[in-house]
Amino acid sequence: MNRIVVVGASAAGLAAAETLRREGHSGSVTLVGEELDFPYDRPPLSKQILAGEWEAERLALRTKEDFDRLDLDLRLGAVAVGLDPGARLVRLAGGEQLGYDGLIVATGVRPRRLPGRGGHVLRTLRDAVELRKRLGPGRRLVVVGAGFLGAEVAAVARGLGCEVTLLEPAPVPLAHAVGEQVGRVLSEAHREHGVDLRTGVTVTGMTDFGVTLSGGELVAADEVLIAIGSVPNTEWLVDSGLPIDDGLVCDAFSAAAPQIYGAGDVARWHNPRFGVSMRIEHRTNAAEQGMAAARNLLHPDARKPFTPVPYFWSDQYDMKIQAYGYLRGHDTVDIAEGDLAGRRFLATYRKQGRLVGALAVGLPPKALRPWRQALITQEHQ
Amino acid sequence: MRVEFDEPKCVAAGQCVMVAPDVFDQRDEDGVAIVLDAEPGPELHDEVREAAAVCPAAAIRLVEP
Ligand SMILES: Cc1cc2nc3c(=O)[nH]c(=O)nc-3n(C[C@H](O)[C@H](O)[C@H](O)COP(=O)(O)OP(=O)(O)OC[C@H]3O[C@@H](n4cnc5c(N)ncnc54)[C@H](O)[C@@H]3O)c2cc1C
Ligand code: SF4
Repeated sequence: MNRIVVVGASAAGLAAAETLRREGHSGSVTLVGEELDFPYDRPPLSKQILAGEWEAERLALRTKEDFDRLDLDLRLGAVAVGLDPGARLVRLAGGEQLGYDGLIVATGVRPRRLPGRGGHVLRTLRDAVELRKRLGPGRRLVVVGAGFLGAEVAAVARGLGCEVTLLEPAPVPLAHAVGEQVGRVLSEAHREHGVDLRTGVTVTGMTDFGVTLSGGELVAADEVLIAIGSVPNTEWLVDSGLPIDDGLVCDAFSAAAPQIYGAGDVARWHNPRFGVSMRIEHRTNAAEQGMAAARNLLHPDARKPFTPVPYFWSDQYDMKIQAYGYLRGHDTVDIAEGDLAGRRFLATYRKQGRLVGALAVGLPPKALRPWRQALITQEHQ
Repeated sequence: MRVEFDEPKCVAAGQCVMVAPDVFDQRDEDGVAIVLDAEPGPELHDEVREAAAVCPAAAIRLVEP
């Protein structure tokens, strides 16, 4: 294995590139990334960056020296537009072709948008800087979508003195992700902090003055943030013959084809620990899967299935939410510790009697660790 | 090897503690990491490198000669 190309220069791609070197790969590593900025961290975009607490420099995932040591062929501002797995070539915009012996796909996701023009999205540093400039006391912000991203932005915008309206089609925000009871606790926090949370509403379009709802009502806004989920960046792979189905489809080893691996937000893979195909948009998974993909690519005779217990955190107001597992599709939620009203609790999630996840709000992280352990040690079919 | 830890960046994920328990711990009250051994011996280097790589906040930096 001489030439390895990694497409996507963010959390997953960088972790893959670093792991290749750590594991002794001495051939070339080309890291191709569309963004012009050096690889940076996204979670603070909706937290410290939007709040104006941190300068952009703090987001750098690695220093220039770190990159020098890695000895990469780092192509920032380069866009992959096609892949020919037969000829083992990645085609870049502009026409250049990169030959490879091994390929890691880590192109992440981009925000879904609403039909019509206008509105902010929040995925890149530029997005965050742009939105930050437009928020301030008295500014009216409408956030479409009360998922984790929308909720974090609503919380920060309130802290900046904005008037915030949060629009959500479901009756309870995040119910599919964390269950109805926990979703209600999170809703109450918004209302207590003065957010006008409206559930069960459908946004049909945007105008220069705000957003329109399905009933025809206009919700006036100075700024609109669209936070309605994301779309995997797989367009460049459509003619490659690789399997694509809401993400690049990978097997339990995170492989999509011989010598081609997927990692991070773009990758859908079969996680044997949970027995389901999943695509995880969490920061820790990006790094872990990037590392796993690199190892499996380098050591074909000692490949290991990628079987993480997913982990995520979210900061909203004074609440720190942390969760392990794969909560989606759960059928039972139990409050194992603390109480919901006090916003200090630990909830466990089960599917057909089997533990699939645990989530804590306002508890020391150590409270969750035994549950992570339980997720690892329980019997799997 | 020297371990540098940027505490305000830490998001209390605890990945470092799970990978390198001899070198990292977490504070009880808020889960922020604590460096137990800022100059870990060679037998720990692999796991410390793994911890730095897996930290979701890029809060751990290693200075290696
Ligand atoms: C505002 C915000 C807040 C978040 N907060 C949290 C949080 O609190 N907790 C949590 O667990 N997770 C959080 N996340 C999610 C986390 O940031 C992602 O899971 C992580 O960034 C995924 O990394 P990735 O490398 O897989 O993909 P990405 O970070 O999406 O990176 C993919 C890269 O590939 C590039 N690319 C795409 N297509 C091409 C192409 N054709 N050619 C070349 N390059 C290409 C893109 O420009 C991008 O730089 C947050 C995300 C955002 C946006
Ligand atoms: S892995 Fe990083 S973010 Fe998590 S506790 Fe350790 S230092 Fe903090």
